[in-house]
Amino acid sequence: MYFIRSFLFCGTLCMICQIILDNTKLTPGHITSILVSLGAFLDTFSIYDKIIKFVGGGALIPITSFGHSLIHGALAEAERSGFMGIFMGMFDLTATGITAAILFSFFFTLILKPRD
Amino acid sequence: MRNTKYEKIANRHPSKENRVQNALLAFLSGGVLGVLAEGMIEGFVFFFDLKQKEASTLMIVVFIFFASLFTALGFFDKWVKKFRCGLLIPITGFAHSMTSSSLDYKKEGPIYGVGSNMFRLAGNVLLYGVVSAWFFGMIRFLIGGIG
Repeated sequence: MYFIRSFLFCGTLCMICQIILDNTKLTPGHITSILVSLGAFLDTFSIYDKIIKFVGGGALIPITSFGHSLIHGALAEAERSGFMGIFMGMFDLTATGITAAILFSFFFTLILKPRD
Repeated sequence: MRNTKYEKIANRHPSKENRVQNALLAFLSGGVLGVLAEGMIEGFVFFFDLKQKEASTLMIVVFIFFASLFTALGFFDKWVKKFRCGLLIPITGFAHSMTSSSLDYKKEGPIYGVGSNMFRLAGNVLLYGVVSAWFFGMIRFLIGGIG
């Protein structure tokens, strides 16, 4: 059941973005920025958490999940250490993704040559 | 110089891409990635005996690894051209933008080439993610009811 929900959620999100991309003058950069903000907005009152619980892995893959993890880590740390927690916990959950992306792209850039 | 003339000409000839086909391709590829993500999480939990949270973290690392590798090997760009949002919206798009921009500027050296340009395309995601997460986090914090 989770597989079907993952397929439908992730596919529908990508399709909506593709329709926006085709029919307006927005670039992929605009769309990813909007989606990240949307993910952060949805998790302000824990709506995205419910979506993840309902959908499963399909909701962790889109870039909305990035915004969700940013604010989720910030709020979790704020709960422990007060106001400064928003600053301290911002990258708590997304650290793996950012670190992995930096490391892998650096090493592959060193090893492999650009081609067109 | 402003290229208004170019814009006029470009607006007169809209690109004749098949929008329905594009949307369907994005739907299919995005859905397949979602199913892969869910399958990976369940596989990691089942075979490696990981917790749900560790498994989803490992899943994201695996996705980023393969997206960077395929971008550096050169054939991910062709897929992106074909599937567009189906590959750009998932986390693969983030890894793809970082690897492709750092590869493009490799010839300008390791500091001013790779180092300065790695976040050229991925920077907007980080910037607006952090700004909006801070903003909404402050709202939630001030309203209260954290937890």
